[in-house]
Amino acid sequence: MTGLLESLGLAQSAELLSLSPPGWGGNLLRGLSNSLQIAFGAYALGLVIGLFGAYGKLYGGKVTRDLLAIYTTVIRAVPELVLILILYYVGSDIINKISAAVGGGRVEINGVAAGIWVLGVVQGAYATEILRGAIQAVPPGQIEAAKSYGMPAFMTMRRVTIPAMMSFAVPGLANLWLIATKDTALLAVVGFNELTLETRQAASSTRAYFTFFLSAGFLYLMVTLCSGVIFGRIEKWARRGQPSLTGGSK
Amino acid sequence: MDAAKAATPANHTTENDEAIKVEDLHKSFGPLEVLKGVSLTAHKGDVVAIIGGSGSGKSTMLRCINFLETPSSGKITIGGEQVEMHDDGSPSNRRQIERIRTRLAMVFQQFNLWTHRTLLENVIEVPVHVLKVPKAQAIARAHELLERVGLGDRADTYPAYLSGGQQQRAAIARALAVDPSVMLFDEPTSALDPELVGEVLTVIRDLASEGRTMLLVTHEMKFAREVANHVVYLYQGRIEEQGPPAEVFGNPKSERLKQFLSSVA
Ligand SMILES: Nc1ncnc2c1ncn2[C@@H]1O[C@H](COP(=O)(O)OP(=O)(O)OP(=O)(O)O)[C@@H](O)[C@H]1O
Ligand SMILES: [Mg+2]
Repeated sequence: MTGLLESLGLAQSAELLSLSPPGWGGNLLRGLSNSLQIAFGAYALGLVIGLFGAYGKLYGGKVTRDLLAIYTTVIRAVPELVLILILYYVGSDIINKISAAVGGGRVEINGVAAGIWVLGVVQGAYATEILRGAIQAVPPGQIEAAKSYGMPAFMTMRRVTIPAMMSFAVPGLANLWLIATKDTALLAVVGFNELTLETRQAASSTRAYFTFFLSAGFLYLMVTLCSGVIFGRIEKWARRGQPSLTGGSK
Repeated sequence: MDAAKAATPANHTTENDEAIKVEDLHKSFGPLEVLKGVSLTAHKGDVVAIIGGSGSGKSTMLRCINFLETPSSGKITIGGEQVEMHDDGSPSNRRQIERIRTRLAMVFQQFNLWTHRTLLENVIEVPVHVLKVPKAQAIARAHELLERVGLGDRADTYPAYLSGGQQQRAAIARALAVDPSVMLFDEPTSALDPELVGEVLTVIRDLASEGRTMLLVTHEMKFAREVANHVVYLYQGRIEEQGPPAEVFGNPKSERLKQFLSSVA
């Protein structure tokens, strides 16, 4: 094993990537774990915002609809990096102002929570549009049937509208998840220790740029591949009951 | 139904057998007045057929009865219980509407089965989640009902894999599962291929003969004549003529009805 690595000139890389110091592998994996935590949290927050946003856009009053239109337009118009800087500094500023108002001191902002809030707000805008489109694609008769049998509005949303819209929403939501995982890299600009920042630190300390950035790329790729498998399953489940165009099973 | 009886005040015993009473119902869509004062009473066990030309307001009337459309004005009484309405016709008591809707089972022209659920799941959905019937009991009942409409072996199939006639029969099973006091049919066979109409009519005929109260919008005149005990002819949002089928079909008085009958014959 060592001999093989040696002959390929990879011995040094293996050493640099070892999980325990002086190797940097552990740092990279910690960064990955941070990235995934934020991606998960932001995605979940985005879905919640998106669901409310979609319902608000479809059934809300004029004011709600206008506010939501501003939200989705602005968020989708401004580059993400700029948004992250704005939301991060505005968010921490507000928290500190509140803290000062109630007589507290400066608050140390939790990196993960901040990352989730910032990316979640961004994700919410896209999710709003994906879910709005999906809800509109549900045949109105199915919702009407639920209503005509006395199903209350919230139950109709939970038992009919959401399951029925899933097959329309899943492809878009899968994309959104991949964007979430990669957008975590942008949090490096606010000094959050996610995978990209960890990689940069490792690379600049050891000058082994190629090794570390390639490894990080590989980790991102693995995340994408696993996600693909999982979303494939979810999509299959969401499409239950719909005959596939290529024929086959139910 | 017990609930219906309980809701009927004792001093109204003479009206006790009124399943549905509609009084002076008006409905406009913007400037277009679709219903111009319709009054109609269906007693328990009645099969009321509603006929009329396209756009005469048949669907709108049926949909107003369970408030899928908001009436513009009028009075609707279901099983002796008057629906509370605001001045603008919208129901003022959401819970009352939801409760009343569970007693009025609607069968739609386009079936409107929930496509992400199997037939069995479609049939137990409302009993289990709205009426809170124990699941095992609902499932047993659903199997009986699917058997009854000839779909006993299709319980685990998704609607998209069935013919229109089968889907409509499943939709009827779904309606029966709530043990409705009145069934509302809106042209249950007009989305079907001609050779599938018969199987659905057979099921409905069967229900009529067992004394179910129903309001049936239909274009099948022969069928209406056969199963209904009261026929209502709607013309441009008004009831132009009504009566027993032998009268309405055999001896129509209004010129418009005569014309209508000859045009569909
Ligand atoms: N949601 C709506 N908005 C505006 N107009 C409507 C709406 N629903 C129905 N209408 C109009 O109301 C009139 C009556 O419609 P309705 O569907 O009740 O007719 P119908 O008697 O059921 O006809 P058909 O036999 O074609 O089903 C039609 O002119 C129709 O265009
Ligand atoms: Mg109609």
